[in-house]
Amino acid sequence: MRISPWSTPILVVAAVLITFVITAGPIILAGANPIEAYAEFVVVPLTSQFTLLEVLVTATPILFTGAAVAIAFRAGYWNIGAEGQLLLGAVGAAGIGIVVGDLPPLVALPIMIVGGALAGAAWALVPALLRVRFGIDEVVTTLLLNPVALLLVNGLLHGPWRDPVSGFPESPRIAASAEFPTLIDRSRLHLGFAVALAVILVAWYVLARTPAGLRLRAAGLSPHGARFAGINVPRTLLGAALVSGAIAGIAGVSEVAGIQNRLTGGLSPGYGYTGIVVATLGTLTMPGVAIAAVFLGDLTVGASSAARSLGIPSQLGAVVQGVLLLTTVALLALRRQRFRRGGAPDAGSTAGSPAGDVAPEAQPG
Amino acid sequence: MTFLVDLLAATLRNATPLVYGTVGETYAERSGVLNLGIEGTMYAGAFAGFATAWATGSPLIGLAAAIGVGVLAGAVMALMTVTFGANQHVSGIGLTIGLIGLAEFTNRLIFQGGELQQIEPMPIVNPVGDLGGIGAIFDQYALTWIAFLLIVPGAWWLLQRSSFGLEIRAVGENPEAADAAGVNVVRTRYLALMIGGALMAVGGAFITLALLGSFTLDIIAGRGWVCVALVIFGRWRIGRGVIGALIFSLVFSLQFRLRILPGFGELPFELLLALPYLVVIGALALSGRNVAYPGAYLKPYRRT
Repeated sequence: MRISPWSTPILVVAAVLITFVITAGPIILAGANPIEAYAEFVVVPLTSQFTLLEVLVTATPILFTGAAVAIAFRAGYWNIGAEGQLLLGAVGAAGIGIVVGDLPPLVALPIMIVGGALAGAAWALVPALLRVRFGIDEVVTTLLLNPVALLLVNGLLHGPWRDPVSGFPESPRIAASAEFPTLIDRSRLHLGFAVALAVILVAWYVLARTPAGLRLRAAGLSPHGARFAGINVPRTLLGAALVSGAIAGIAGVSEVAGIQNRLTGGLSPGYGYTGIVVATLGTLTMPGVAIAAVFLGDLTVGASSAARSLGIPSQLGAVVQGVLLLTTVALLALRRQRFRRGGAPDAGSTAGSPAGDVAPEAQPG
Repeated sequence: MTFLVDLLAATLRNATPLVYGTVGETYAERSGVLNLGIEGTMYAGAFAGFATAWATGSPLIGLAAAIGVGVLAGAVMALMTVTFGANQHVSGIGLTIGLIGLAEFTNRLIFQGGELQQIEPMPIVNPVGDLGGIGAIFDQYALTWIAFLLIVPGAWWLLQRSSFGLEIRAVGENPEAADAAGVNVVRTRYLALMIGGALMAVGGAFITLALLGSFTLDIIAGRGWVCVALVIFGRWRIGRGVIGALIFSLVFSLQFRLRILPGFGELPFELLLALPYLVVIGALALSGRNVAYPGAYLKPYRRT
């Protein structure tokens, strides 16, 4: 078997390397040596137990949002709203977490996770219905619900949920039995990480091994083809959108119950958008999402340690994320172009479907 | 009376960044490209404008720097979506993440997170005079006057009446036909995105150079997304988009003033601020399949 230079793993590694070449500019501007900086970013966080666990803590929310985005994109449903769905999950968790104090954790935690998932799915419902009922493009509707979710959070925090004790715009602390336990003593690694891995595992199994997963992938690769094969495409899209919203909602639960222990305005520094980076870099596969999330977690922890040791502002992490997303989609698009040359003239038709874009099945040769 | 005058003046002032952003996004979308890089482009424009004005002491040079950054951001968006044919929405989100990161990175490098730096804000110009009290409505920054008197009519004329505007609309509606008629699709989309990017960046720079005279984190605070909503609200027409911007700004300025009045502080003003988004989603739902998206919306163009 010959390995094409355009194969997915090589393409992703190339995207990372090109990104590092581009972001060397800002690093030099900050007066640091890029090679040294990348060692600090990528390698150093993996060298001590403490930082290694922090990498996993940082990866936890984006494991969820990455999986959420990947599932939707895979079905050809462009959910840009994971950020808002995450916030709704957080609202749900904070609301439930305050009132379940009398229940044992074994009951309280599942209620909270399911409640957050339902809240996230509910936030995803309207754009999904508009898409499958009226054919209204979901990119804009899912995106516009993100600021609405943030306003909802702020409205709650400045109104009914303002902490009566401190007066800060933070909700009251959730009950002790509603807090996620830590997985390892004296670390911040909490139950949310285990839940994220379970979600990834189940999503992988469903996508790869079940009829529902096959329907979802078929709808994403070719809606028309799927319809002729007897697949109910609208129902499949609706299902993918709701599952995507639910998983993003659990990300919010995990941050509230595992890290903040209350609802705060700064709960998510854009984890929903980072989920798009994770999903794209992971080429919409669950193993890919897992690797990409840990890699970005690694970069984030590395960026804050590089800020201390090399004086490179930690905001470089966001620059790397943005450039990484751009180079990955650019290389994927170039691959699509390259293999279409001389093929069927279907310019334009792939815009609404992930067919030749990121789904590995579409990989020719 | 003073309340009303003050409110209307604030409405024009607060609408200004939205007007620049909405006109800029309209240019991008009419050429067939949804530019979700708008939030980042406004942010980068706001920072580049401020930092340059701070370093050179000249707000005009700051404005020029913002325009340069905006043109560049538009060119990157064009490179991604026109040349590479990459996904428009994913590229736009990537551009926004990267530009916000780059602006905050550079902000940290230059100002070291020290105390807030101020510049002398651009002066207020009132060509009308007092008019017995109501003239204060027209106490506005030059960039506001330019937006309403120059950019809006000019951009409308260029898009609707000039041959260049016809080319933009043609490549946005039906690139195959435009190409067959001899229009350079790639060049036209590049130009539309670069013009749009420059306008978005000026909208951001207005906030730092005129409105505040300083740069703070999260300074755009979702205004770019508001513009994306306003473009759809205005059905991709510049005039209707500007009216949308004025309505939104009126509501925004009103809640800002009511909030500090006794007895009003507890009202859920966030609901008011969420209205423009909800109205747009509702309008999309009501018009259903009849929404007049530009024909080539979200579609890359490839000669076959």
